[in-house]
Amino acid sequence: MASRLARAVKPFRDAQGLSKWLLWVGVGGTLLIVLAAIFAPWIAPYDFNQVASSDGGRFPKQAPPSADHWFGTSVRSEDVFSRVVFGARIAVEVVVLAVAASLLVGVPLGLISGYVGGWLDRILVLISDALFAFPYLILAIVIAFLLSDTLGGGGVITAALAITVVYVPQYFRVVRNSTLSAREATYVEAARAMGARPRTVIGRYIFGNVIQSVPVIATLNAADAMLTLAGLGFLGYGIQPTEGAEWGYDLQRAIPDVAAEIWWTSVFPGLAIVVFVIALTLVGEGLNDTLNPTLRKRRIEPVHIPPRDKEAVR
Amino acid sequence: MARSGGSLRTYLLSRLALALPMVLILLTMVFLLMRVAPGDPVQSAVGGRLPPDQIAQIRADAGIDDPLVAQYFTYLADVATLDFGETITDNRPVSDVIIESGGATLTLTLAALLVAVGLGLPLGLLAGRYRDSAVDGSLRIFGILTYAAPVFWVGLLAQLTFGSILGWLPTSGEADPVTFVDEVTHILLIDALIAGDVEAFWDAVEHLILPAVTLGLLVTGTFLRLTRVNVMQALRGDYIEAARARGIGERSVVVRHAFRNALVPVITVMGLQVALLLSGATLTELTFDWPGLGSELIAYLNERDYIAVQGIVTVFALVVVAVSILIDLVNALIDPRVRY
Repeated sequence: MASRLARAVKPFRDAQGLSKWLLWVGVGGTLLIVLAAIFAPWIAPYDFNQVASSDGGRFPKQAPPSADHWFGTSVRSEDVFSRVVFGARIAVEVVVLAVAASLLVGVPLGLISGYVGGWLDRILVLISDALFAFPYLILAIVIAFLLSDTLGGGGVITAALAITVVYVPQYFRVVRNSTLSAREATYVEAARAMGARPRTVIGRYIFGNVIQSVPVIATLNAADAMLTLAGLGFLGYGIQPTEGAEWGYDLQRAIPDVAAEIWWTSVFPGLAIVVFVIALTLVGEGLNDTLNPTLRKRRIEPVHIPPRDKEAVR
Repeated sequence: MARSGGSLRTYLLSRLALALPMVLILLTMVFLLMRVAPGDPVQSAVGGRLPPDQIAQIRADAGIDDPLVAQYFTYLADVATLDFGETITDNRPVSDVIIESGGATLTLTLAALLVAVGLGLPLGLLAGRYRDSAVDGSLRIFGILTYAAPVFWVGLLAQLTFGSILGWLPTSGEADPVTFVDEVTHILLIDALIAGDVEAFWDAVEHLILPAVTLGLLVTGTFLRLTRVNVMQALRGDYIEAARARGIGERSVVVRHAFRNALVPVITVMGLQVALLLSGATLTELTFDWPGLGSELIAYLNERDYIAVQGIVTVFALVVVAVSILIDLVNALIDPRVRY
């Protein structure tokens, strides 16, 4: 247990200089958003769809930031600060669900496809390439649009699933490719020679080696997923306004405000998105810098890797 | 693959052959996506607004009553002849929608690509050359910022700053409502030139600036990063050492030797960016009220017009494949190694 924990913390201890600094800034930013998501009802002065104070007085419409409303109010008299804080909740929920679902589908598919090979592998690769080539947002919108009929539009699950479809191919590709090369490795051959069943080989020998690159992709994808959610919300295919506050949706509602120089309805939700995305990106990049030996700056001579073996790529 | 096939023509032919299954899979995907939706597409689009016999007529025209397999082959055959059907809600041939709105999207995307390349390549070269310096650090932050800021938020900020507060540039539409030129190519800039209307041309350019920069910034970061990494890698190459040893000036080493070789992967990625650009274009179009394909797609989605959505999505898919072929061709032209 202790050694496993040490291994998880290792990249954080190994990071040096700028990467270390960026990594910690990223971790801090992510924590900020996650804490806002968990404690939203205690942090936000009002509810996300509250338009009147508890004594019944309606909030002003499109009021600039003030002591009562730190980030001003929107055209529907909502408190922008409360919506930004509650927005963290939806964002974290959707991002966590989407990344978890993509991992759950993409990683096993990649393992099986890479290990089994043959026609199954070819078909899966073709499908994943097609999905990958497709404009991601268009795909997500269409899926959200289609799911809205079955699951009821505008829920967290619908949005998360629409995003999942976009990111499954990425995990699939990475895991499949590393599985392909791991399959040829001596230790796998040894395991097979000792009579290990495919399940054991995949689960015990390949999985552990293939999974190394996944944390980096998962954090970077979480950042992407946030942007996709905001895009979906902006186009009206995200979270229903009655379900929760969503930053992208709020930005869509802010379009007319901009012409009237009302800046607070667009600046703050957008900043929240940027903070979350940057934080996740920095964590991902920081992990990549420390986990990926080819990017580490060293003073030793670069190692020349021979061209990839045609057979192994097949 | 046979080594003798080093000619460009052979390469192109084999590349086209490889693209066919890709197109087929994309089309099948679009078809299945549009068919797994529960409910009746015609009913949900125009139900309650038209008498039943007219709805039955639309159903028959759209071929929705046919068996799925028959529909699939009809769809493939139609796409092969570039016939994307007729919209359910307003009875326009989808190909008309694409021709009329495609020009605006094409203008926006190309202008954005120009912005991205014009900014990303030189900045990436700078960052790669002066690795780990203050310049590199701030450019890296700039790159992350352009990636992290949602394109519609950047658009809103641009509208706020340059439209509302400074009042320098128009923020909505492709041209002033009073601007009118004959539509020949459906690309406003070209149509204005054909009509010889300089005023309309400038009007269109002014309207293009904010959306193009907004969308361009979205991919600038990617170009910057990629150029940076490739310049760094190229600078480590033996031929750079050799060039330096021969006493070639540092400037020339960086620009003529390292930068050139760093460009090949950048072009490949440029092709991959098209899918991202098309997604971003949809968001940008909505932010700036730009009359392009993305706006049309969203409008038809909101009206639940399956035929129109299917048609537009099909075109997006075809564009992606076409661009990837084009990029491979360009790569083969500039780098003979690719042809083998």
